[in-house]
Amino acid sequence: MIGSRLPLFVAIPLVTAFVLPLFGSKGKSVATLLANLATTALLVLSVGTIGQSAVYEIGNWSIPIGINFVLDGLSSLLLLVISVVSAAAMLFSTRYMEQYTAKAKYLCLFMLMVAGMNGVVLSGDIFNLFVFLEIASIASYALVGFGCEHEELEAAFKYMVLGSIASIFILFGVALTYGNTGSLNMAYISKAIAGSGLNTGLGFALALFIVGFGLKAALVPFHAWLPDAHPSAPAPISAMLSGVLIKSLGAYALVRVLFNIFGITTSTGWLLLVLGLLSMVAGAFLALGQWDIKRLMAYSSISQLGYVVLGIGLGGILIAKGDSPTWASLAILGGLFHLANHAVYKSLLFLTSGSVQMATGTRQLKEMGGLAGKMPVTRAACTVASASIAGIPPFSGFWSKLILVVAAIGAGFYWIAAVIVFVSLCTLIMYLKVQRYAFLGELPESLQQVKEVKGSMLFAMLSLACLCVLMGLLVIVPSLKAGILDPAVKVLTDGLQYSTKIIASS
Amino acid sequence: MLYALCFLLFMIGLYCAVVKKNMVKIVIGIMVMEYAVNLFLIMLGYRAGGIAPIVTRDQLSSTLGQVLPAFISSSVDPLPQALVLTAIVISLGSLALMISICIRTYQRYGTFDITEIRRLKG
Repeated sequence: MIGSRLPLFVAIPLVTAFVLPLFGSKGKSVATLLANLATTALLVLSVGTIGQSAVYEIGNWSIPIGINFVLDGLSSLLLLVISVVSAAAMLFSTRYMEQYTAKAKYLCLFMLMVAGMNGVVLSGDIFNLFVFLEIASIASYALVGFGCEHEELEAAFKYMVLGSIASIFILFGVALTYGNTGSLNMAYISKAIAGSGLNTGLGFALALFIVGFGLKAALVPFHAWLPDAHPSAPAPISAMLSGVLIKSLGAYALVRVLFNIFGITTSTGWLLLVLGLLSMVAGAFLALGQWDIKRLMAYSSISQLGYVVLGIGLGGILIAKGDSPTWASLAILGGLFHLANHAVYKSLLFLTSGSVQMATGTRQLKEMGGLAGKMPVTRAACTVASASIAGIPPFSGFWSKLILVVAAIGAGFYWIAAVIVFVSLCTLIMYLKVQRYAFLGELPESLQQVKEVKGSMLFAMLSLACLCVLMGLLVIVPSLKAGILDPAVKVLTDGLQYSTKIIASS
Repeated sequence: MLYALCFLLFMIGLYCAVVKKNMVKIVIGIMVMEYAVNLFLIMLGYRAGGIAPIVTRDQLSSTLGQVLPAFISSSVDPLPQALVLTAIVISLGSLALMISICIRTYQRYGTFDITEIRRLKG
């Protein structure tokens, strides 16, 4: 029974998180081993959820009185992405975090963040979604400031202020929704809204949700915190934040609320599309001018998340119009596939930046150069990830961008297809810049002693690099596509049928 | 009317968090927003002259085998109270973290003024 396994996704990381600090500095290796075991167990469990759907009622209280966990195609895709990235980032941390003190506390916060994200994607109750979102957010605020240096504290404060405001907006939205529909269960809220239509209170709640989740997802114009927060965190955490946190807390929650609870309309679809376009273009332009390797990657995260939101928004417009369902599901497929791809290659890029920073002690591209000879594996991993993000065939990013372009042209939005290609070109330029200044050129005098990183860090980077190459199979092989991506797309194209399914299954 | 005042409190908190230059004042602003939302939640469940939502023996109807309609029409909604308790605990956690970040920042920079704490830009 897959249903009874759902609470494990929250329970395993939560229990591990509270056991880990007991080990202190002496049992550091045991704590690391335990944390790695936990993330691996989650990876195995999440592979088991592929193609399944289930509802778990906590404490056997049936909805709407009780709280439920819902596993459907979309949650399953997100769970898989979270587990892959967290397993790789945890493996990378094993060595990388030796530079910092208090490793056990770091591992504890890491596991709390994973527990929160898994809870967000599984929760079928909107207040519970808020609670898990806060668990993940508070852990991430602390992780951004983990180094306790000048920049880290400044970034953590900035991130925390904007993140708390976003959370309060979401809580206000939850309160308004409860006041107007009398339920907190997403399925029942959706049923009530479908029955009564949007009144002023619900419209205001929708606006609060869009701003709140938009802030969490760092969509332009809500992006101000991201380029400070993501580079300041330790590299594996940057990988987690850019790879999955902004997606599960921001994009996933936003899409779930818009498609499955309120029902997508042409205007909200256009809103998503415009937010996506702004993020894509502004993120790419701002990234081009950066000289700090991690800051450049953080800006490019904004740009890449724009693709995801754009694809889903385009699909939403087409669903609301109702005249071309094939193109609508293709656009959503492109968006969701890009989400999975971006999680893999952006976390890989941040991990390589972590290796470079650990080996050279700097993040400034101008102080690097010629590392290709000294760090061949890191260089190879970085090249694979750069090729993926720029959309060079046959790497993963190419396929998702291709699907988005085809969907945009098929639906008659030619200018969007042009923008997608143009931003892709900007992405190529910015990662060529990374390659040129970090890995090629002359080796500076100060970096003669640089050595390649070792052990688990290499293994984490190589496994993600292999995934980057293989991810294309997800759309090429029909059985994989039908098992992983199609159910996720169907959750969104079905829209409000979500509620009838959940209510019928209880 | 009460809802409008509650919304006003929310806006005051938002104004304070956005406009003020002192880190501690920003934290206070965020907490004011949090309390405004908590107040709003409590008011959702409030009912003038309501009773506590606890079923005692004399509120159970012996013939129907369930609670009396009078109880249902006069008890306050217990759910928002549970939500507010959870929200207060969460905001306590984030307040503690925010204040500790403020203290650490003060140790590093020697000031609470965010216009002077500007090493990150671009």
